[in-house]
Amino acid sequence: MRELLPHAVSNGSKQRLAFSIFGILTASTIAHAAQIGKISETSWTEQALDFLSLEEPVVRTAVLGTLIIGFCCGVLGSFLVVRKLSLLGDTLSHAVLPGVALGFLWNASKDPWAIFIGATAAGILGVALVGWIKQTTHLKEDSAMGMVLAGFYGLGICMTTMIQNMAMGNKSGLDKFFFGQAAALSSGDIQLLGIISLITVVLVLIFYKEFIAISFDTGFAQAIGMPVQVLHYALMALLTFAVVVSLQAVGVVLVSALLITPAAAAFLLTDRMHWMLILAAGFGMLSGVLGAFISYLSNNLPTGPLIVLGATLIFVLALFFGPRHGFLTKTLRRKRQRQRIALENTLKSIFYLCENSDFERREFVVAELAVERNSNLPATEREILNLVEADMAEWIVDSNTPSMSGQARFRLSKEGWYRACEIVRNHRLWELYLTSAASYESDHVHDDAEEIEHLIGEGIVKRLEDRLQNPIHDPHGRLIPRRDQVIA
Amino acid sequence: MREQFFPAFDWHTVFIQPWSEYAVNSFWIVLMGFLVAGTCGLVGCFVILRRMALVGDAISHSILPGITLAFLITNSRDTLPMMLGAVVAGVVTVALIEAIRYTSRIKPDAAIGIVFSSLFAIGVILISVFADEVDLDAECVLYGELGFIPLQDIAYFGEIVIGPEPIVRMAIITLIAIVLLFAFFKEMIVTSFDSGLAASLGINPTRYQYGLTLFLSIVIVSSFESVGVVLVIAMIIFPGATALMLTDRLPIALVLSTVISGAYSLIGFHLATWLNASIAGGMTVIAGIVFGIVWAFAPQRGLIATFVRNRQIMEGSALNFSREEK
Repeated sequence: MRELLPHAVSNGSKQRLAFSIFGILTASTIAHAAQIGKISETSWTEQALDFLSLEEPVVRTAVLGTLIIGFCCGVLGSFLVVRKLSLLGDTLSHAVLPGVALGFLWNASKDPWAIFIGATAAGILGVALVGWIKQTTHLKEDSAMGMVLAGFYGLGICMTTMIQNMAMGNKSGLDKFFFGQAAALSSGDIQLLGIISLITVVLVLIFYKEFIAISFDTGFAQAIGMPVQVLHYALMALLTFAVVVSLQAVGVVLVSALLITPAAAAFLLTDRMHWMLILAAGFGMLSGVLGAFISYLSNNLPTGPLIVLGATLIFVLALFFGPRHGFLTKTLRRKRQRQRIALENTLKSIFYLCENSDFERREFVVAELAVERNSNLPATEREILNLVEADMAEWIVDSNTPSMSGQARFRLSKEGWYRACEIVRNHRLWELYLTSAASYESDHVHDDAEEIEHLIGEGIVKRLEDRLQNPIHDPHGRLIPRRDQVIA
Repeated sequence: MREQFFPAFDWHTVFIQPWSEYAVNSFWIVLMGFLVAGTCGLVGCFVILRRMALVGDAISHSILPGITLAFLITNSRDTLPMMLGAVVAGVVTVALIEAIRYTSRIKPDAAIGIVFSSLFAIGVILISVFADEVDLDAECVLYGELGFIPLQDIAYFGEIVIGPEPIVRMAIITLIAIVLLFAFFKEMIVTSFDSGLAASLGINPTRYQYGLTLFLSIVIVSSFESVGVVLVIAMIIFPGATALMLTDRLPIALVLSTVISGAYSLIGFHLATWLNASIAGGMTVIAGIVFGIVWAFAPQRGLIATFVRNRQIMEGSALNFSREEK
């Protein structure tokens, strides 16, 4: 692009050169809208069929390439994500640039092996520098990563601009490292990709325990005599390999997405490392094929960014709908729990009403429950309506009482009484446990029991009963309802 | 190979010619480099102290869809819509990162990576899909080029020639940065170092966090046409990090970072002239070299100083031990 400068100056054209923010449009603009197919006449359905039939060798190479890249990045990215080093992938992908340029200079061509070796050396040097800066200065990890990322990248840009200004043969291939071009993968690249992923899989399988140990508890790994530093740099070397081979397909900026996003999606779905690795590899491959497929449908859809968006889509789905950690599922679960607790509190108050009448009365009016619950009439009525909906209570229809007067009568169903007794039993058993086993004063136990009564299940209640030898009275002298004795 | 790659060093072309024949152009380029690096450095000191360095990286990438959309909507390349698009993109980035952090167990580093790469991908796709309509060049966004600064439209103040438009724009941003710095210096210090104390003093730390983020987006968008999205990060982190290696006092660090930025611009320009390379790249290489020198030789925190001190302590304690034994 700089060769344009003297040209523009010599023209001396003072007219508006479209040079405002981005106006530097030159003929040397790279084809960053790189996609696999270049056929524009066919409709997208035909293109889709064409892609799915996998007949064209270009399609086959691209699909194979993105599959391998997705797999590799998913597996290695998982280790980065659990170690909270996600952005090291980003640092690496930028830091390899001077190595790429150096490898290119080696014999002034796009020799995959020369570039690969140069890039790997630069990447490992970058990671080592991050560690060294962090160790020897007071600067934090993020600053160290930022400096290595930008410093190496700046050096790389210097070198690539110098190469572009040099009179040399085929240098067009270098641009691909910025935006990536899955279509440009050659069979030689695929070979390299295959070898790297094979090495990755074998090493991860052999050193699985060690990698997990250094990822989750470095101190422990060190204590049992693992060569932590060696393992760390082995992992980083594998990572650098993966980044370097992926660069050509998705480009510098987006390769970090392939490392982070599928692994993060997997992290949301499981708590087990081996599942995370499998899921992340699967997501990586899925997003790779998805991106390649969509970009094949139309003429100016770039592959790399679409692969990244495919991964983002998977992540967003996991973020919202993940069965355990998903946002919607979590919100729903919390809401249900809140409703259950509200229900149980109402039941408990009704039990108290019954108890206050020496277990004589079974029917109550809304107003007295409102007094017991320290609440207003409409809210109390709503609570009873919720109980009725859950089949735990029923209204006693009486045409004489005006509606909304608080005089409407209701009673609990058998199920309702059972749950009410259960919750009061939980409460009083816990109070008794605290006073007898944990030596609490009897006036300090209520609030604690108020929380726990909703949470302890059948098993814990049983153990409490055994431990307290099936007690009859709670610390305040009131009866503990027994399991078999239902008031209905 | 070596002869080809490194052009012969010629004192005349590297140092004399830029300041005689092309003196005006050189002046504008160096001034612009200084303004960019200086402003980024001032903001960067706080960014580093707040451990937001990689948030800056994220913002610098995700403004791409912001400016693309601004361009598609207004169909103009005016500064204001571009600036607006970039600032909105910056705020959206930070909001998304926070949203992922608070709604899930994803750690902030992964959240940053996911958000900025997705937004950047959207930006590249937008540019490719609307390639006919969008006069944006993704490569240019990545690199930027200081060398083009003198070729841009000249801004006039009435009849008086001021200078190329981008320089005037950047100078205004620099001025705003300095004014804001003086106006909110205390608040920025308190919120940077002790958000609990800030809150107890009635200063809302979140507000200043977002304020800094907003201004960071503005600085990034106004800088990256000359240095590109990635090297803007270099200009944000390097001056502050280098200055903070040399001093513990923030006001001194701010002044130092400005001086250091001046050195980047001047030396980087000459390096790029010699090597016939990108000027922003040259500035970054100088930034890296300067940091390396400071890292090694800094009086208190440098590698050598630390090494010597550690040895003295070791010897001192050895002395004490032998004395005790006797």
